[in-house]
Amino acid sequence: MTDLAPAIELKGISKAFGPVQANKDISIRVMPGTIHGIIGENGAGKSTLMSILYGFYKADAGEIWISGRKTTIPDSQAAIAAGIGMVFQHFKLVENFTVLENVVLGAEDSALLRPSLARARRELKSLADEYELNVDPDAVIQDVGVGMQQRVEILKALYRKADILILDEPTGVLTPAEADHLFRILENLKREGKTIILITHKLREIMEITDTVSVMRRGEMTATVKTSETSPPELAELMVGRKVLLRVDKAPAQIGRKILEVRDLNVTDTKGVHRLKGVSFDVHAGEILGIAGVAGNGQSELLEVLGGYQKATGSVRVNGEEIDLTGAKSDGQSRRARGISHVPEDRQREGLIMDFHAWENTVFGYHHDARYQKSWLLMDNAAIKHDTEGKMARFDVRPPDPKLAAKNFSGGNQQKMVLAREIERNPDLLLIGQPTRGVDIGAIEFIHQQIVALRDQGKAILLVSVELEEILSLSDRIAVMFDGKIMGERMPQDTDEKELGLLMAGMTTSPRGPLHKAVEANLAHASGDPSKET
Amino acid sequence: MDFATLLQMLDATVRLATPLLLACLAGLYSERAGIFDIGLEGKMLAAAFLSAAIASVTGNVWLGLMAGIGASLLLSIIHGLASITFRGNQLISGVAINFLAAGLTVVIAQSWFAQGGRTPQLSGDGRFSSVTLPFAETLRDVPILGPIYYELISGHTPLVYFAFFMVPVTWWVLYRTRFGLRLRAVGENPAAVDTAGVSVVFLRYAAVGICGVLCGIAGAYLATALQAGFTKDMSAGRGYIALAALIFAKWRPWHALYACLLFGFLQAMVLRSDVVERVLGFSLNGQFLDVLPFILVVLLTGFVGKATAPKAGGEPYVKER
Repeated sequence: MTDLAPAIELKGISKAFGPVQANKDISIRVMPGTIHGIIGENGAGKSTLMSILYGFYKADAGEIWISGRKTTIPDSQAAIAAGIGMVFQHFKLVENFTVLENVVLGAEDSALLRPSLARARRELKSLADEYELNVDPDAVIQDVGVGMQQRVEILKALYRKADILILDEPTGVLTPAEADHLFRILENLKREGKTIILITHKLREIMEITDTVSVMRRGEMTATVKTSETSPPELAELMVGRKVLLRVDKAPAQIGRKILEVRDLNVTDTKGVHRLKGVSFDVHAGEILGIAGVAGNGQSELLEVLGGYQKATGSVRVNGEEIDLTGAKSDGQSRRARGISHVPEDRQREGLIMDFHAWENTVFGYHHDARYQKSWLLMDNAAIKHDTEGKMARFDVRPPDPKLAAKNFSGGNQQKMVLAREIERNPDLLLIGQPTRGVDIGAIEFIHQQIVALRDQGKAILLVSVELEEILSLSDRIAVMFDGKIMGERMPQDTDEKELGLLMAGMTTSPRGPLHKAVEANLAHASGDPSKET
Repeated sequence: MDFATLLQMLDATVRLATPLLLACLAGLYSERAGIFDIGLEGKMLAAAFLSAAIASVTGNVWLGLMAGIGASLLLSIIHGLASITFRGNQLISGVAINFLAAGLTVVIAQSWFAQGGRTPQLSGDGRFSSVTLPFAETLRDVPILGPIYYELISGHTPLVYFAFFMVPVTWWVLYRTRFGLRLRAVGENPAAVDTAGVSVVFLRYAAVGICGVLCGIAGAYLATALQAGFTKDMSAGRGYIALAALIFAKWRPWHALYACLLFGFLQAMVLRSDVVERVLGFSLNGQFLDVLPFILVVLLTGFVGKATAPKAGGEPYVKER
């Protein structure tokens, strides 16, 4: 057997969007039958590169070689013809179509549907047996979970005879168990000789499954190494360009009085779906309570209720005082007056107004403050701008320009602005949702430090995140939500991703004591009394 | 109300439902592909004018029909350019088309025929004549079924039969063909179609084109079959009623037929207010009957439950990762 030609070889690919050079002279060789990881921060150019490979963008310069042959890929059709299949981060499925219809769409055999559907049904069955890609061909996409939706995307590619499969951030929406299932599928595909490109920002996935890894930074390919010959710290350094602390450095929690007491919280949304089902928990001063769970299991509603823009039944006490959940004082303004600050999950929709200037964004919600007023009618914009400059300096927002629109900052810097606004109010309780979603590794480190610093000042923090690693490294106590309920509470040192993953999937492991006992144990643990530990 | 009057009412219902049905199916193709079209009204009006004008000049109604389709298709292409190629706002483009058609038809008609913005009265081969179906005469005396066949089913213009025939055809195209699958997909999630290697632009233009043809036939029907010539604003809100019927039908072909028959029946009531009066026993304000379809739309759409429009409707498709 002669030397194999690379499945994909890119030579000198460059692509600019206006003044931004998204890809600079990128060359890469992906060998057939391997899993090749591409890792890099947001905006490093990974997705641009893959979009060029899939015919979404046209490269300004460079060549694409597929299996030793020079190819041009002007559109998706050409990519499919070249044997490339792509599983996008945001699935490209028609929600009210069945699985079968989605697989067949665009790859029909003839003008009439019936024969194509019949063939697809047979083929799906054999693919399912071969790769553990089991789906229900007649299920409608909007009724099935994200795990199956993703398998449908993979099946779409395989049905089109793809030999090269590109997956863009495939595990972002999956539970750990689903992610393991996906990795088994990828291993099966690799065994059958398929080539897989895995784009991710998660170092763990790279280490777990890839054979080779390429690192991108600021549009350039900074290194390609064998996975077995590298380590997470080395990869992080290559991604960011400096040494990064991957673990959060924090002292044991100094737990104080009870700040937040939530009892039997219930939310039913406008469609009549029961989103929160009797949720109860406490958060204490000097403590970070992490809420783990797959997106859409009630965490968002929980934050909305506490933040004051979702009505609920039940009882919530802050500093021992009951707060209004349905009446006139159930709005965000009243919540802020009670010492609750909120960093919302979706900063672009709920945290900022993207077209407004940074200085306007840094006072929202607090714009009635006396210090921002010039008179009863006019606001003191000069004072606000001055204030914003201070916040930008303290929170390392780059560029430190208060007159720039929020949309012109990177995700990490947007998040720092929201954090600065909310943290500098000196709240008793900080609600924080997905603090590092879409944020670069460098900025993640900074944001985590800020959260821990706030805790160390004796504030109570309720952290909601779908990133298990984040929950495990930041939290002093962990509650897992599934289907609107709290499945259980765990101490981070007593649990692991596996156990939390099971809880996130709705499976109860043997409980280690009811809720209040876990709290007590936490208090006991924090005050150094091991005898009370359960 | 006797049997003969009922048949007459239903006969009028069929005639009046026909333009609604054609326009409604036109809108169905367009909106199922994700292009909202409130320009149905304007396209019908333009088609009505040009079909009447050409039919009157040439004396051939089929040439008139072709001209009507051409006029409507031209406006469709403008709508397509604005909303597909240039990714403009589909509502604004539709409104513009309605204004354009309302103004231009009258202006051109006046300078062409100088009859106060009308076209000359059509007669003979300048109009669609009714078709007598086989055996209609012989079966006429069969009780019940005979009159139904003779009065209600037979004796319409070819365009009526075409409109009703288009219902099963549309159903078949949408649900049984490759084109239909792609059409429905592009209205729900164009990104799925694009990444599957199918052209979003082509599909949407095809849908808008079909919409133009059907709207053209609807307009030509108004001027050359239902009436005998073009008069100012003769579409009289039918484009909007067709849109309402489309929402009512939740963008499904068979339901579109039922909705259009219902609205056609309401219009027939306006025409035969004497019958309505006799049945009810008191007289109804004619203007009330005129607005009844619109009132019903508002009331009924509340009861039909959530009508979920094609998800990508109204949104221009911009490629993104």
